[in-house]
Amino acid sequence: MQDVNQFKPKIVAFCCNWCSYAGADLAGTNRLQYPADVKIIRVPCSCRVNPMFILRAFQRGADGVILCGCHPGDCHYTTGNYYARRRMTLLFSMLDYLGIEKQRTRVEWVSAAEGAKFAATMNEFVAAVTQLGPNKRLEDLRCKN
Amino acid sequence: MQRIGVFVCWCGSNIAATVDVAAVSEALGHEPGVVFSTNYQYMCSEAGQNIIKNAIRDYQLTGIVVCSCSPRMHEATFRKTAASAGLNSYMVEIANIREQCSWIHKDKAQATEKAIILGRAAIAKVHLNAPLTAGESPVTKRALVIGGGIAGIQTALDIADAGFEVDIVEKQPTIGGKMTQIDKTFPTLDCAACILTPKMVDCAQNDKINIFAYSEVKEVKGFVGNFHVKINKKARYVDATKCTGCGECTEKCPMKKIPNEFNLGLDNRHAIYIPFAQAVPKVATIDPNACNMLKNGKCGLCAKVCSAGAIDYKQKDEIVEREYGAIVVATGYNPIKLDDYDEYAYSLSKDVVSSLEFERITNAAGPTGGTLLRPSDGKHPHTLVFVQCVGSRCSAEGKGKSYCSKICCMYTAKHAMLCREKYPDTEVYVFYIDVRSPGKNYDEFYRRAVEEYGVHYIKGQVGKVVPRSDGKLLVQGSDLLANEQVHIEADMVVLAAAIEPDKSARPLATMLTASMDTNDFFTEAHAKLRPVESPTAGIFLSGACQGPKDIPDTVAQAGAAASKVIGLLAKDKLTCNPCTAHSDEMMCNGCSSCEKVCPYGAISYVDKEFRMPNRTTAIRRVAVVNEAVCQGCGACTVACPSGAMDLKGFSNSQIMAEVDAICKM
Repeated sequence: MQDVNQFKPKIVAFCCNWCSYAGADLAGTNRLQYPADVKIIRVPCSCRVNPMFILRAFQRGADGVILCGCHPGDCHYTTGNYYARRRMTLLFSMLDYLGIEKQRTRVEWVSAAEGAKFAATMNEFVAAVTQLGPNKRLEDLRCKN
Repeated sequence: MQRIGVFVCWCGSNIAATVDVAAVSEALGHEPGVVFSTNYQYMCSEAGQNIIKNAIRDYQLTGIVVCSCSPRMHEATFRKTAASAGLNSYMVEIANIREQCSWIHKDKAQATEKAIILGRAAIAKVHLNAPLTAGESPVTKRALVIGGGIAGIQTALDIADAGFEVDIVEKQPTIGGKMTQIDKTFPTLDCAACILTPKMVDCAQNDKINIFAYSEVKEVKGFVGNFHVKINKKARYVDATKCTGCGECTEKCPMKKIPNEFNLGLDNRHAIYIPFAQAVPKVATIDPNACNMLKNGKCGLCAKVCSAGAIDYKQKDEIVEREYGAIVVATGYNPIKLDDYDEYAYSLSKDVVSSLEFERITNAAGPTGGTLLRPSDGKHPHTLVFVQCVGSRCSAEGKGKSYCSKICCMYTAKHAMLCREKYPDTEVYVFYIDVRSPGKNYDEFYRRAVEEYGVHYIKGQVGKVVPRSDGKLLVQGSDLLANEQVHIEADMVVLAAAIEPDKSARPLATMLTASMDTNDFFTEAHAKLRPVESPTAGIFLSGACQGPKDIPDTVAQAGAAASKVIGLLAKDKLTCNPCTAHSDEMMCNGCSSCEKVCPYGAISYVDKEFRMPNRTTAIRRVAVVNEAVCQGCGACTVACPSGAMDLKGFSNSQIMAEVDAICKM
């Protein structure tokens, strides 16, 4: 295993277009630093995120996956984040069963106004994943090409 | 196979300073399918857009990736560029290497590496893009203005002037806002009421303007051009159509010890009240927390004296549902609460007042009839101390605001000047950190206060105000220029409280899905170029809800917001989002899972005939998406157990291609 200090995790962040992606933009506008390990994928709504995407990320060697959406009740599409929350609860309990550490996945609500929260969340998440080290259990070597 | 062009923007030095743009365009040029890759200083400029257009023509590009600022900023720009060169606008993908890369990283190697990965993800996605055509949606030709202060009033008047209907929703019983409480206005010293009340009357008389006073926005649904809004008209317990505003009831009401909000609690009002004489609408309102009839069922005096029969104790809150094409936020500001400022003895002495309270004390329509009297004993004060920046430009954790409230320097100069003008026997001291007086005729105004009116300006802060038993207030401060401690025995101390956005703004921002900054001011779509629009389409900003502003700035911004609204309402149709869900009918088994999760009811089912082997046919139930109704959230795509439902522009394969590209590194 690599030295914890050397290890740079691969983090995929799914951000809904209306709240969290705008929150990430605000973090940028305010020059709030967070590690470059985080790569954001823009989705229209947190409910667009299929649990399959998260499993795919882990298979491909992601060390952590975070899903960010609007706060409960604030969804641009009214109810999307509730679906996301339920689906992820189910997925995470399954990941738990598979032995994937809870800290590798997370759902966070970040509004378009919460640039500081976005940066803080990412800093915290990256630190937690770095602590765990690389994802081995779900990484599928057949996906490596 | 797509032929992809990659365009890396420097954004001046915004990107180029932390990302090696040449390395990024070089690296991305080797990606599969990429036939052209370049970088340029300003991709969004005309020259930059021409590079894109020429490349599309010269290299027969079928898709482009622009590595630049957030797609929330310039996606629309580059889509137009592509379209003008004959490429479908949805064959454009943006890699956000500014807000989500160069601005948040300091290490150039790391930022460059990340920019390349983000570019790869966008290339992977654009490989799977398909041309999309946008539909159209109609525009409701009516605007909603939330907040009836000078910002909301001016916006509404300007929109109505262009011939469109406007509704104003104001939570107070009357429109007018903070400006109704102000005495005189800098730098001309004309009276606020004299210039505001005619505008309030204009609003009431304009048949295009509909005022919902004593009302609040409860729910906002829909999207630009088609907002559905629920407005809660709070019960006044007075029939507004019958009330003539004669004021008979307000004089007879026995509950007369209710602190008067309009005068900031400096005097009392009755349980049934009209906030002030020029209120619009001029209709009495019963305060349900104070009225004996509403609380205990005993009294009913107002109903007896009302000759119009307007009193209705059984009135209930009423929900009004209206449709709008555009929404303007004009929720304004409030001075911060000063209860935490005990160093200035605000809660200890009645003679320490906030600037807005001082406005009421000097206002001819205020509790003292405009005579400057101390709140504690009603005596004329001789020595007044004004303290600026109370809670503004404050770095203390949990107390005050980090920003400059902008208006305090000027109104303090105004107060000081008016004191000296009306009462030449007074001594007036102003403690300041800096005097900020940019603005037309502002600095001249401040200098007049010092030079003509002899106001003593002291650069320094007040450390403590100690109320003495003889009624005097001992002000201890420092004079930084003379480098000495100052002790002043004052009769009154006036605190220039910082201003903050109204508390209703944050829940409203949530309803509107509009963004706010950490101070709860609404953020504009672009700080310089789109200052009156929210990043959320169809939401516009007017006045101090966007940042501290004086009246001239507010009126200017209100007019600007109105012109943006007029521009929107003048359109008959808006282009819809073509990124809608669609179902692959060969895979759909008609299970209804998607229909159940759709918040818009956009999915229905049809029985369709399918060809089967051996020239037979079978009828199957399949899902059909109404593209005009679908908003493209994608809830159905995940609910679909057979994988038949997918979202255009954000398809399963596109998102997974991005995941793969990011994880590949």
